[in-house]
Amino acid sequence: MSRKVLIVLLVLVIAALAVAACGGKQTPAPTEEAAATQPPAATEQTAAQPTEKPAEQPAAQEGEGTLATVKARGKIICGVNQAVPGFGFLQPDGSFAGFDIDFCKALSAAVFGSPDKVEYRPLNAKQRFTALQSGEIDVLIRNTTWTLTRDTELGANFAPTTFYDGQGIMVRKDSGIKTLEDLQGASICVSSGTTTELNLADQMAARGIEYTPVVFETADETTGAYLDGRCDAYTTDKSGLVARQSMFPNPEEHMILDETLSKEPLGPVVRHGDDQWFDIVKWMVFATFQAEESGVTSQNVDEMKNSDVPTIRKLLGVEGDMGQKLGLDNAWAYNIIKQVGNYAEIYDRNLGPDTVFNLPRGMNSSWKDGGLLYSPPFR
Amino acid sequence: MTTLKKSDHAAVPFWRDERYLKIIIQVVVVVLVVLAAIYLVRNLLTGLEDLGIPLSFKFLGIESQFDIGESLIEYSRTSTYARALLVGILNTIKVSFLGIVFATIFGIIVGIARLSKNWLINKLAAIYVEALRNIPLLVFLIFLSTSVFHKLPRVNEALSAWGWAYLTNRGIYVVWPQPSAGWDVYKWFLLGSFIIGLIVAIIKYREGVRTGRMPLYWLWGMVVFVVLAVVSWFIALFIAGQPMYLDFPSLQGRNFKGGKSLTPEFMAIFTGLVVYTSAFIAEIVRAGIQAVSKGQREAATALGLSGFQTMRLVIFPQALRVIIPPMTSQYLNLTKNSSLAIAVGYPDLFAVGSTIINQAGRAVEVILIMMGVYLTFSLLTSLFMNWYNKHTRLVER
Ligand SMILES: N[C@@H](CCC(=O)N[C@@H](CS)C(=O)NCC(=O)O)C(=O)O
Repeated sequence: MSRKVLIVLLVLVIAALAVAACGGKQTPAPTEEAAATQPPAATEQTAAQPTEKPAEQPAAQEGEGTLATVKARGKIICGVNQAVPGFGFLQPDGSFAGFDIDFCKALSAAVFGSPDKVEYRPLNAKQRFTALQSGEIDVLIRNTTWTLTRDTELGANFAPTTFYDGQGIMVRKDSGIKTLEDLQGASICVSSGTTTELNLADQMAARGIEYTPVVFETADETTGAYLDGRCDAYTTDKSGLVARQSMFPNPEEHMILDETLSKEPLGPVVRHGDDQWFDIVKWMVFATFQAEESGVTSQNVDEMKNSDVPTIRKLLGVEGDMGQKLGLDNAWAYNIIKQVGNYAEIYDRNLGPDTVFNLPRGMNSSWKDGGLLYSPPFR
Repeated sequence: MTTLKKSDHAAVPFWRDERYLKIIIQVVVVVLVVLAAIYLVRNLLTGLEDLGIPLSFKFLGIESQFDIGESLIEYSRTSTYARALLVGILNTIKVSFLGIVFATIFGIIVGIARLSKNWLINKLAAIYVEALRNIPLLVFLIFLSTSVFHKLPRVNEALSAWGWAYLTNRGIYVVWPQPSAGWDVYKWFLLGSFIIGLIVAIIKYREGVRTGRMPLYWLWGMVVFVVLAVVSWFIALFIAGQPMYLDFPSLQGRNFKGGKSLTPEFMAIFTGLVVYTSAFIAEIVRAGIQAVSKGQREAATALGLSGFQTMRLVIFPQALRVIIPPMTSQYLNLTKNSSLAIAVGYPDLFAVGSTIINQAGRAVEVILIMMGVYLTFSLLTSLFMNWYNKHTRLVER
């Protein structure tokens, strides 16, 4: 009996050593991966050695660019919010709508020439980075704040900010709370895994205000607890506050304090390690900025194709092969504008004067109107 | 015999020899499993490397930067991630330990009630067991949190029990003793009283073993302890001042302060675990009692033991042997189920761990730590229960 065990152990040790020995040299693999990520022209070369490819299939899948994966799949998997009306919201009919959702559509328009080649993956604040890191989603467009830690440690790459926001605090009007200082000894409801819970801790410590955080996973639980009176206040991005307030049974009983606790630049996020995909997402956003700046809208985009302003001609793919450089069709930005709209159209549709939110553009205006939206040149 | 076997062995090549084949198959399976594991681990490591976030536990030393609602130890946003995890671990231990104690008590009561000859008690116990065993725990927890504890009166309308306790949807507050001037002296008196009480109990127990007539040794010990504790209270009061005072909860500003408080989050997960697990324990207890042969009960009755005595002295000790092994797995379940605390906002290990995953981006590391901790909890519980099992067996002969 013990001899058998010994033999088994021996074999195991040998096997382990053998595997461990080849574990050291990992370097030869990248050459193949590099070949796979190159644009179409290179694929023909790789196809010349058919013996290697099939065997490498599962591993190569990872090394392949996101663009190739997305195209092969026929749709983009977009990580979104489902609980914040106006930004990312799952509607009663099962479809998603909102400002962030429109950027998923814009990306789909850029890649596929159609806005609805998107699979929406609703994620709560806590799940989103793991979903991004693990490759479960191709892009995260879900009121996500750009921070240094997320940009580095969380393996995320941030595309340009689409919505400049700041953290706010909501209280019941009859609570008598007017400023942060009035929150001494209060319980505050907050969602976990957010910048919100960190800012709250920072700001309260800085002002010496003692409080009890009551932390829940989803916005529904958090606001539910606040509405039940479990907390004196509810805090998140001001946009989120306004959005959630619109869902309250008696919105007029609540108010948002004037103070802003933090900077919350919200924008799309991709994984580290795929520059081409990162570029595509970045320029998809810039295209919406530039279109607004140049006065191109979904209404006039066809006429604008005849414009002789060079920037517009390049934006719309009339000259300069801008799309090709991104690995896309030259009509990529034309499709975004035609099918989804420029930034102003996206904003107004979801948050503008005709909606319940009626959020003033403020910082989220084009730089020409004194805002922060600024696209690098299309050239 | 031996010669025959030898020639036998020579005739069959080893790849067709069943004895070798058995070993070879096992080796192959083990090697395949190990290779698969190694492949998966390497895949993970290179994947993380590609993302630029290689496996590392250094983050544990960084400041967490977030606050935690309730903690058994000193903790603030400047404490490390490691300490945040410790807060979570202690909160898990707190709810699991209290949960196990109370689930056992309720389970035994309900289990016995289910065997009651009283129709009402019997049926009520049956409904309790059947209803609770058949509701998913998560659903039950969310019900408790949103529909029970959050719907208690708001702070300004708190339900008061003559000022000794308050019931609100921010928590349950009860009056609680706090150490004051004389405590430093009194705590030693208290310890002394306890030791003396213990010694008295042991002496009485030994006496019982010797004479064969067991006195209520624990009652003896307790009475001695209480009497000494009361007497020494006055001595301490005389020497050093009042040892403790009663801290009454009161509404200060927006929340109650003072006394002992239990948050609705804790109450939700605690009540959920206790009620849910006790339904299973009740069934185990019932089965255990029914497994004791009828003759034992009849014999006990014939000896003139009362119903309660029969249960305590004859039936239950024998039922324990059947009860303990499945009980162990209920305790393990309760501890593992405590990770559902995240759904009701109680900061247990899993809740704090997943916050860290998100804030530090260290999914794999934190998951590894969490698995290690839960495994340790489970192994320790099993170890203790196995020890207890052996112990009860020995006593039973
Ligand atoms: N911008 C902040 C917070 C974003 C956030 O997740 N906010 C919560 C609170 S409103 C939310 O949207 N939750 C939606 C959900 O739980 O599904 C961040 O990036 O950390």
